[in-house]
Amino acid sequence: MARNLVALAAGLIFGLGLAISEMVSPLKVKAFLDVAGDWDPSLILVMGSAVVVSFVAFRLILRRPQPVLDLKFDIPTRRDIDGRLVGGAVVFGVGWGLVGLCPGPALSGLVYGNVESFVFVGAMLVGLAIGPRLVTLVGAPPVASATPG
Amino acid sequence: MENFTPISALVGGSLIGLSAALLFALNGRLAGISGLLAGLMPAARQDATWRVMFLVGLIVGTGVWLAATGRPVVAFDVGWPVIVGGGVLTGIGTRIGAGCTSGHGVCGLARLSPRSLVATVTFVGVGGLTVFVARHVMGV
Repeated sequence: MARNLVALAAGLIFGLGLAISEMVSPLKVKAFLDVAGDWDPSLILVMGSAVVVSFVAFRLILRRPQPVLDLKFDIPTRRDIDGRLVGGAVVFGVGWGLVGLCPGPALSGLVYGNVESFVFVGAMLVGLAIGPRLVTLVGAPPVASATPG
Repeated sequence: MENFTPISALVGGSLIGLSAALLFALNGRLAGISGLLAGLMPAARQDATWRVMFLVGLIVGTGVWLAATGRPVVAFDVGWPVIVGGGVLTGIGTRIGAGCTSGHGVCGLARLSPRSLVATVTFVGVGGLTVFVARHVMGV
């Protein structure tokens, strides 16, 4: 129960951050990616400040043996760079550049009620579901069940 | 650069960092949206309740700001085939690459993960290249 309320609160703060920083706007994100056009560097400051705050917080948090409400920290342990990581990032980069939406803003932006947002999220969920099967088709080892990130 | 909004970017980004810190400190979980969604997929479902709660909060949080300011900021400059194609690619890519802008770009970089650094540089670079080709080469 407490953990679910924490998740709700964390989601709320995250959604507020995406809205205030205007990262919910595909055109704002595309203006960042469009270095050769009318470039808008805002996304660097959004990601940068988010990384700085969480970097400091994570260091302090990891001094504890376990999280406050759970038994262990759920952290990815892999450190190897493989084709799947890079290939996935390439495919995501194309999708991100085409529309200007990544998963967080796509979901939180549903509240604006654009039909495009709902269609995008529907298509994204299909992609999330078939991703592991596509990897199997090209003969690579299967994707681990729930992936962090 | 007249569209540059440094103050709201820093405030919003700090809130995103705060959210990640809260979820990690109390629940021991990393706030990666695509990973959170992947854990809701039928074949890989685990701990569905907190994931759904986070997503509800995400939408409500953005809704609170929308209600407070009344500013509609979501608009698209591409047609339906691109919306659908981009959505599918975003889903496939973040699932296979084990993360998106939040999981790799925020939490992963904050953990100094070499995998996340490579993923982030890759999707930002490819995203930039995609916009360049679409806008300046193909002119759409």
